[in-house]
Amino acid sequence: MTDSIRATAGAPQHGSMDGTRLGDVTGAQGHRPAPAGRATSIPMIGRDSEPTIFEMSSPGRHAHSFRTTGLPEWAAEDLVPSEHLRAAPLALTEVSERDLVAHVTRLTHRQYSVDLGAYPLGSCTMKYNPKLCDDVAALPGLTGSHPAAPASCTQGWMEMLCDLSDTLCEVTGMHAATLQPPAGAAGELTGLLLMRAFHSANGSTRTKVIIPDSAHGTNPASVTLGGYQTVTVPSDDRGLVDIDALRARLDTDVAGIMLTNPNTLGLFEEDIAEIAAAVHEIGGLLYYDGANLNAILGVTRPGDMGFDIVHMNLHKTFAVPHGGGGPGAGPVAVSERLAQYLPGPVPCREADGSFSWRTPEHSIGRVHSWHGNALALARAWSYIVANGGDGLRRVAEGAVLNANWLRHALRGAYDLPYDRPNMHEFVASTASLKKDKGLRAIDVGKRLLEEGFHAPTVYFPLIVDEALMIEPTETESPQTLAALADALIDIAAGTEEAWKAAPRTTPVGRVDEARAARTLVPTWDARDGFS
Amino acid sequence: MGHYVPHTDDEIAAMLADIGLSSLDELFDVVPAALRLAGGLNLAQGVSEPDVIAEMERLADRNRVGADLVCFAGAGAYDHEVPSATRRLTMRTEFVTAYTPYQPEVAQGVLQALFEYQTMVGRLSGLAVANASLYDGASAMVEAVNLAAAATRRATVWVSGGVHPHWRATLATFAAGTGHQVVDVPLRDGVTDWAAVPDGEAPGAIVVANPNYLGVIEDLGPARAAADRHHALLLGGFDPVSAGLLRSPGDDGADVAFGEGQPFGTPLSLGGPYLGLFACRLEHVRRLPGRLVGRTVDVESRAAYVTTLRAREQDIRREKASSNVCTNQTLIAVAAMIQLSWLGTGGLRELALRCARGTRYTREALLSIPGVSPFTRGAVLREFAVHVPIDPVVAVDRMAEEGFLAGVPVGLHAGVTVGPGDEAGERGLLVAVTERRTKAEIDAYAAALEKVVR
Repeated sequence: MTDSIRATAGAPQHGSMDGTRLGDVTGAQGHRPAPAGRATSIPMIGRDSEPTIFEMSSPGRHAHSFRTTGLPEWAAEDLVPSEHLRAAPLALTEVSERDLVAHVTRLTHRQYSVDLGAYPLGSCTMKYNPKLCDDVAALPGLTGSHPAAPASCTQGWMEMLCDLSDTLCEVTGMHAATLQPPAGAAGELTGLLLMRAFHSANGSTRTKVIIPDSAHGTNPASVTLGGYQTVTVPSDDRGLVDIDALRARLDTDVAGIMLTNPNTLGLFEEDIAEIAAAVHEIGGLLYYDGANLNAILGVTRPGDMGFDIVHMNLHKTFAVPHGGGGPGAGPVAVSERLAQYLPGPVPCREADGSFSWRTPEHSIGRVHSWHGNALALARAWSYIVANGGDGLRRVAEGAVLNANWLRHALRGAYDLPYDRPNMHEFVASTASLKKDKGLRAIDVGKRLLEEGFHAPTVYFPLIVDEALMIEPTETESPQTLAALADALIDIAAGTEEAWKAAPRTTPVGRVDEARAARTLVPTWDARDGFS
Repeated sequence: MGHYVPHTDDEIAAMLADIGLSSLDELFDVVPAALRLAGGLNLAQGVSEPDVIAEMERLADRNRVGADLVCFAGAGAYDHEVPSATRRLTMRTEFVTAYTPYQPEVAQGVLQALFEYQTMVGRLSGLAVANASLYDGASAMVEAVNLAAAATRRATVWVSGGVHPHWRATLATFAAGTGHQVVDVPLRDGVTDWAAVPDGEAPGAIVVANPNYLGVIEDLGPARAAADRHHALLLGGFDPVSAGLLRSPGDDGADVAFGEGQPFGTPLSLGGPYLGLFACRLEHVRRLPGRLVGRTVDVESRAAYVTTLRAREQDIRREKASSNVCTNQTLIAVAAMIQLSWLGTGGLRELALRCARGTRYTREALLSIPGVSPFTRGAVLREFAVHVPIDPVVAVDRMAEEGFLAGVPVGLHAGVTVGPGDEAGERGLLVAVTERRTKAEIDAYAAALEKVVR
């Protein structure tokens, strides 16, 4: 173990509880350093189960109130033909506003979040979400715009979207972009349809798309929906695309390749220029899955590597909060030869400085009801303006520094199947610990919850046995990292009894997932279960 | 600037020393030199937070909203009240800054909120199972078609010309990949004419919207009969506010229901993030797209919630998955759950009734203007279309100068609804009235319209 950062971290100004240096491992409750300067949660409150909103209902009670309109109070029967009317009011619940607020607030006490502590989920880039962006997304001038309003009434929005689009092109080294895709997977499918439109315009009917065996699950699913067959290329001993195996798969039936760079092992695909040349040589296109873009901001660009199509996850790289699973935003940027196929309409800057909506000449069509997840785009734009070009480079540096430091810190405690310089994340494994002592990756995750951290991504990528995919992000301090490292080391040194009992301090203990699937209860109305 | 990277210079130096490096640049030695960006990004330098807010307020002030442009536009995006309770609760950072609930022990808040949301969508749609949300109305319809095509192993889809033109356009885009053959079914007198379908392959899916894009209430009976005749699934688009008064799609025989959930607690926001509502019969649950929350127990037999039937999802099925959805619209679904609780049983009905009253009053006021005439026959609830004596696009522009968003220009091409930029044989103005519109606003709106179309 190296400990120079711990010496820095333990400097007196950080005020540890009993003089213990930050990062010291004692294992005992009450001897842990004070939480100041690091992001971990104390055991959560919210241990009492919360009734459903339906159980709280009392007939006749309500929270709603409506604007006084002065309109005639026609009866429903006078407004809608009786054959269309429902027989009885649709039952929701009947609660007071006070009880509703208490219910939802108690639910929030049963929920972990970035604002509560570190969230080292690999490939998810759970960085801190600046509160600034929340205020931006609540500006009445942004929330009040109807999406079908004439362009003359939404010039501010369109200026912002143009600037964001241009900036995303600069960051990725691309020529033009669409902001419509509402999530990463939607961006992938949009990109594959662009690939299809390009080949089809060139009279080619290619059938296959290559993806590495370490790819995110959305990649092969998107390939299928894009009308292509997935061809998998294996990773080599370095954890990178096996270039000989790739060459063996390249023929004129190949429409393109989807790559994540750095890949899901957190490793930079060093041969990317050679890969790009080989794929372009057979007339294929390169698709960049932007899930891991955080690692390379201001350092290198997909366009410079030879990619033709790029999707970005603004809810990862550009700090749009994940909202418990969404909404995100998955813009797609392309090189010049693909720009004519982009979904439309796109916001355009006219010669007189005004903004208008235009649809590219050979557009594949819409991929969203309107213009994408606009408020998420506004959050990302405010984050980019705050950071600037210099700040974005700093983001990548912080992310890569944190991930490499943490990998070093875990040496000796966990298997590191690819123990070489990584980018923003790395993959550890409990394969040896499982063999020797029965410690599984899932147990590490559950024990970490007890220590006030979220779990890493477990069992992914699929090519690593008992994988722990760890992405600390740049917003966690060295003190947080040291505490996370200590917790992980502590867990590895623990006992099977403690591993299997975890988590004990969370709102509920381990959840019976098999029962949930066997006896399906998807709604309160089906509370007795479908089986 | 790097406001959000907390490391001090001393800490960076110490961390680099720990890993045997002497500079931050060395972190990127694995990137081939030829690929490294020499001069950095060609972007402005970072600025302070107050400067960001000032810039964003400048942009926001360039949009015309609220009392400056009183909203009579709908077309799938409605200006409903978002009460303080919904607004505040939806901003709770435990919801806002959580990830997908992969670790249920620390995600019971989001999971239970989604379970309650699924219950409400099940009741609104009249179907047994609802998912935890899709991106928007268009994506919900596309996923419904994908489900039906997989279930019936047939690629032909009949789509009512009364379905939102943007949703049909989105379906057409994705059909390029899935190979679905979309057949548009024209409207006659404002409702779908199912007898007008040309001969061809039997459909696997029949898609209808009620009320349709022109606001007209459709009878699902003929669509259900066609579905029975061809052993196809009936996919019922629905407006969840109208469902406060109208029968649910499940009541009228839909196998799958889809819709746009924006009216419940989400502001207009230039069209996103919105909320794709999706529900289906139990027999289709194994093909349900996206996430599904189920209720179960923990090791101490306490009630607990977890995402379930995970084997359907893309990360497990990979290329065999029938949907690639991963990130969805959870926070917007939570907002809808809160808003529907705030409305409650009586409030949902009252909301629909108030929209219907405002719509009746506005329609009568507009039809009393010389040269303004009905675009359709048939009963409407919360939205209607009229012919105006000038180009509706021009009418909307002139009305904006009068302080009103007059509506959305709409067209019909061979009986199928189209947007303002498309070829059309007949054009009109689509007008929506929510519970927020007062008699005074409507009177002023009608007076302004009379002036601009003269």
